[in-house]
Amino acid sequence: MHPDFVQGWLAGAILASTPLFYAALGETLVEKAGLINLGVEGTMLMGASVSFAVASISGSLPLGLAAGMLAGGLFNLLLGPLIVVRGANQLASGLALMFLGQGLSAFYGKAFVGTSIDGLAPLPIPFLSNLPWVGQILFRQDLLVYLMLPCAFAVWFLLSRTAWGLNLRAVGEDRLVAYAAGSNTGLLRHQALFLGGLLAGLAGAHLSLAIAHTWTEGLTAGRGFIAVALVIFAAWRPLRVLPGALLFGGTLALQIQLQARGAQVSPFLLDMLPYLVTLLVLVLLRKSSRGRMPEGLKEVFESSR
Amino acid sequence: MSCSKKIPVVLTLALLLALATGTRAEPKVIVGALHVGSIKDAGYNQASHDGLELLKKNVPGLSVLEAENVPESADAERVMEQMINKGATIIIAQSFGFQDPALNVAAKYPKVTFLHASGFKLAPNFGTFWGNNFEAMYLAGIAAGAASKSGKLGFITAFPIPNILASINAFELGAKTRNPKVTTTVTYDNAWVDPVKEAGAVNALADAGVDVVTMITDSPITIVKTAEARGIHSIGFHSDALAQFAPKGWLTGVAYTWGDLYTKLVKEVVAGTWKPGHVRGGIESGYLKLAKFGPSVSGETKAAIAKAQAEIVAGKLVIFTGPIKDNTGKEVIAAGQKGGIGLLDTTNWLAEGVIGQAK
Repeated sequence: MHPDFVQGWLAGAILASTPLFYAALGETLVEKAGLINLGVEGTMLMGASVSFAVASISGSLPLGLAAGMLAGGLFNLLLGPLIVVRGANQLASGLALMFLGQGLSAFYGKAFVGTSIDGLAPLPIPFLSNLPWVGQILFRQDLLVYLMLPCAFAVWFLLSRTAWGLNLRAVGEDRLVAYAAGSNTGLLRHQALFLGGLLAGLAGAHLSLAIAHTWTEGLTAGRGFIAVALVIFAAWRPLRVLPGALLFGGTLALQIQLQARGAQVSPFLLDMLPYLVTLLVLVLLRKSSRGRMPEGLKEVFESSR
Repeated sequence: MSCSKKIPVVLTLALLLALATGTRAEPKVIVGALHVGSIKDAGYNQASHDGLELLKKNVPGLSVLEAENVPESADAERVMEQMINKGATIIIAQSFGFQDPALNVAAKYPKVTFLHASGFKLAPNFGTFWGNNFEAMYLAGIAAGAASKSGKLGFITAFPIPNILASINAFELGAKTRNPKVTTTVTYDNAWVDPVKEAGAVNALADAGVDVVTMITDSPITIVKTAEARGIHSIGFHSDALAQFAPKGWLTGVAYTWGDLYTKLVKEVVAGTWKPGHVRGGIESGYLKLAKFGPSVSGETKAAIAKAQAEIVAGKLVIFTGPIKDNTGKEVIAAGQKGGIGLLDTTNWLAEGVIGQAK
């Protein structure tokens, strides 16, 4: 039995949204600390290349995933001395990080071009995967897909139900007040960068290990930037990242699904779909979400004017 | 006095003679080859590398200097000049974007011969070569049409450009010889390399009931691998090294086999008979071939492909023989008319039976 159009589309949407979700969830943590990392694309590339390399050499997927996450975390930390310690322009620093990630991953990933591993295979859940209609959409995915919801709740819990989260948000709202209240603002911001990097690295690992099963230069193809836009769409709320990612993943999957089903639309128009949705969403959500933006972030944009 | 004068002259003559015979006994030819990507890509660049390996085997005493990941810019000129400084007298520039850099270097080094893949310009020491892939795609289509149980084939590619549209059409026409009702659904990624989108395309096509996919993309590993995971067949492109990624579902592939062409051109250059020109050939030329067949291809299908190939080579079978309609119902090649290799540059339509957009 072949899945029908909606089933195929939704299953594809969930798969396509997974890397966007993890990257955007990580960036939410970073932005909650009053920082912005435009270089998520580079961090994802580091995660994708390192996880693929380590999984290929060691033959161990968990090791590959862990290495990809660690690479992402450490790579994000490079921003620390620049934007946290020295107060350098965050937008420029983030773009520099992106280019560094592209170059490093291309250079060290070269040895792995043209190789392939089985990677992260779909893990059908017993009983649930046989449910009529929804089984094919929800319960025949890979492990990282299933972990999206728990991760969203974990980050939500971390931010809104722990002292650490309260302190981090305080830093993001007003660094000086948080400092006066006794917070180690520098440490908190580095921690946010590291955690955000772990998740962006995981996003990259999902691309190379679960979807592509190979490594090529520039594997992320701009998905890191969609993740940055997603944070705004989700109004800096971790629980809103998931529906946001599904919306973007849905448009990415829709254009392919429409072509595969023979829709009479130009492929060039279809290719614009995710970006049109990005624009539309940013326009529609701008006012209501503005209030949710961490105060510290507004400074970043105003100082760069 | 006269004797002592003669001795150096004789010695010099003897030395010259020895040198001359020495070089004749060991004609050391050095070829410099530029690749745009990695020679391990199981794709375009690996096909070129394999061709050079065959060239080395075919021409004793020849050595090859290779450079990978060469940017299509002034950097390529520097790479070529370095090769020439190391003694290269023939440069093979295996990417369209090397055309202008190679022409610049060619003007500086008139004694070095430049062979460029797919270009359209010429110079006294600069010529081009390319293989026509739509004939091989027609043959691959026969394998696809025979293997498909659903009668639905998928074609994943980057952009709707003439030589790709011609290949899609040839693939569909080949498949129709086995199953007149077969359709080919096309998806475009709008990128030569985007494995993540390509994986999505395989899944979407498989969801829609497609059971054979083929592609024209630069890095087909993900497509072949995803098709294998979905339990459907695949037909590769560029290099037959791809077959390893789909031990069960692999049918065949279109593989560039540059070795014989490199050998022919290099031998001409060494012999001094080479003239600058645009060398083009189809399946008859051996510049490309079908990759080895997968385990599920029947003897009957192999025989049908061999017969079609022989007829194409003999000129008895012209793939685009009218009447041919496009997928909007318009007649594009009238009855009695035939379309040849020029279709590589002019095709702007998709044949009847192809589901997809030509623009």
